[in-house]
Amino acid sequence: MRTGERPKGVIRWITTTNHKDIGTLYLVLAFILFFVGGSMALVIRTELFAPGLQWVDPDFFNQMSTLHGLIMIFGFLMPSFVGLANWQIPMMIGAPDMALPRMNNLSFWILPFAFLLLASTLFIEGPAPNFGWTLYPPLSTTYGPDSTDFLIFSIHLMGISSIMGAINIIATILNLRAPGMSLIKMPIFVWTWLITAFLLIAVMPVLAGSVTMMLMDRHFGTSFFNAGGGGDPVLFQHLFWFFGHPEVYILILPAFGVISEILPTFSRKKLFGRTSMIYAVGCIALLSFLVWAHHMFTVGMPVAGELFFMYTTMLIAVPTGVKVFNWVATLYRGSITFEPPMLFALAFILLFTIGGFSGLMLAMVPADFQYHDTYFVVAHFHYVLVPGAVFALFAAIYYWLPKWTGRLYNMHIARWHFWLSFLAVNLLFFPMHFLGLAGMPRRIADYALQFAEFNRMASIGGFTFGIAQLLFIVVVIQCILRGPRTTSRVWEGSHGLEWTLPSPAPYHSFAIPPKIE
Amino acid sequence: MFKRTGHSSKKTIFWLVFAVCAMFAFSFALVPFYRIFCEITGLNGKVFESKFSNMLGEKDVSRRIKVQFLTTLNGEMPWEFKPHQSSIAVVPGEVTRVLFSAKNLTENPMVAQAVPSISPGLAAQYFKKLECFCFRQQKLKGGELIEMPVVFQLDPALPAEYPSITLAYTLFDITPKPAAKK
Repeated sequence: MRTGERPKGVIRWITTTNHKDIGTLYLVLAFILFFVGGSMALVIRTELFAPGLQWVDPDFFNQMSTLHGLIMIFGFLMPSFVGLANWQIPMMIGAPDMALPRMNNLSFWILPFAFLLLASTLFIEGPAPNFGWTLYPPLSTTYGPDSTDFLIFSIHLMGISSIMGAINIIATILNLRAPGMSLIKMPIFVWTWLITAFLLIAVMPVLAGSVTMMLMDRHFGTSFFNAGGGGDPVLFQHLFWFFGHPEVYILILPAFGVISEILPTFSRKKLFGRTSMIYAVGCIALLSFLVWAHHMFTVGMPVAGELFFMYTTMLIAVPTGVKVFNWVATLYRGSITFEPPMLFALAFILLFTIGGFSGLMLAMVPADFQYHDTYFVVAHFHYVLVPGAVFALFAAIYYWLPKWTGRLYNMHIARWHFWLSFLAVNLLFFPMHFLGLAGMPRRIADYALQFAEFNRMASIGGFTFGIAQLLFIVVVIQCILRGPRTTSRVWEGSHGLEWTLPSPAPYHSFAIPPKIE
Repeated sequence: MFKRTGHSSKKTIFWLVFAVCAMFAFSFALVPFYRIFCEITGLNGKVFESKFSNMLGEKDVSRRIKVQFLTTLNGEMPWEFKPHQSSIAVVPGEVTRVLFSAKNLTENPMVAQAVPSISPGLAAQYFKKLECFCFRQQKLKGGELIEMPVVFQLDPALPAEYPSITLAYTLFDITPKPAAKK
């Protein structure tokens, strides 16, 4: 690869085809949207601080919960992990860049426009989408506001972007590995992303198809989801969750990969049960196609169907249990040190497991009839996504940031970021379990008096968590500008190809394939 | 395009794009698949006309099944819609006729479509409708009232675990809109 002249300033970022530049762009966009989606969550928590309607009207509250969900999932979590993939996969498999650099540029630059389109619904006439991120008809068809069409096209755009990203990642992993790096020798993070990319290819088109049907029902007189014309609204739920359940593994599998990279480094041991980890991820991915209806136990399914989905759901606990066991076994008798990435990784194991257990409770049909659509569900999926996927993302950034910038960050502030986030996230989400068990429904702007105390705790936790994230921005900016220079290995126990490169990683790496023993 | 392991990226990309298109088509194929799945398994409480047959067995006079009727108007449809009796005791195998009435309370002509549902869903396959107003659309002038018959038969093979069956109709307003929505 020539290191010739390249454009400077804004044009460099718009025209770049470099995987490191595009990775940075993805991460920057993701964190901007993290704060946008987070502010929406804080509007929700402000309104729920006390019973009664104080700050926003219920319709705006519904718009906030809808956009918070969509932005956090499609705008923050998915792009941030694609950003990590862009930075890390070529360096970890000894490739010079991604397989399709120009498509890589396109798949990123679609995203800002997709989210401008989505965010514009807040400013145009009429309400923004207000039916929840799950888009159930008839709320989104017959009763959907005009802005629903913006939402549909925005989902089409993000779908196209993530499909192109997934194609690129698979092509890179399958075709650009350094000689001698067999599939089985690949780092776990790369493995989890390979499987995630296949999941994306399998289910993003289904989401695109479902919202296309929504669009046709809204404007072209079809009745896919309208019972009056022979359709069925429950069909949408089946289609949506056929996408939706693999989607939650799209969000969490790369996080599993990150944790599996970090634990061995800071325990100074090899990952326990490496091969079983790869099989476990594959099993989870396959099973994710067989469990979708556990989101819809209360639609009136026959007992045989409910039992089938209950058993398949519980079956997922087996490969997940293998993973947690292997992580703990990796720690066993290791020489552990507690740098910020390790702190986040350890918190991930503990808190993700709590989210996993509440998932098992929800998987039980008779219990789910009580928990369905309560705050217990909210507590469950926030436990797996926030101290799960988001903590893994922080762990990954704290782990690889010195490699990206060539500088160390302020460990002291990073530790403060961790401890504040760790305490606040539990204060924020743990009380929601009790609220749900006591019967507080989700997606409501006002609630009965007996829920006041736990809601107040959750709101205080929410604001603390939000403010703590500003520390993260401080750490990253300070690291880029003023951090002390670091070595190529950075961490004492680091392992893998990316640590053989100098820090900061050169703009073009591995132009000559590295040797793998 | 870079190349390392000797495989061609073009081939990989071709298959991946093919998979994306196939999955998009699959999402639409799920629509008829869902209908057929419900039809074969008898799930969802839907009554499928194609399964009607006159080959029912002997009457089973040893028991009476309570058949209840429910009517619902979808949304805020300005009609009146009710069964003439709320329930009836039926001998399995016997042809039974019941009446429903519908009235258009507006001054404008409207078109309606009734969508039936039977619960418990698994009993739907034993409920044979020989004639039903839900087989066609109802066009009513403003203020018009009609009486609509349903002729049905219960299959004597109906398992004993279903002492009563509910037939529910939801009436949908399908009056063609003058222009596009709004």
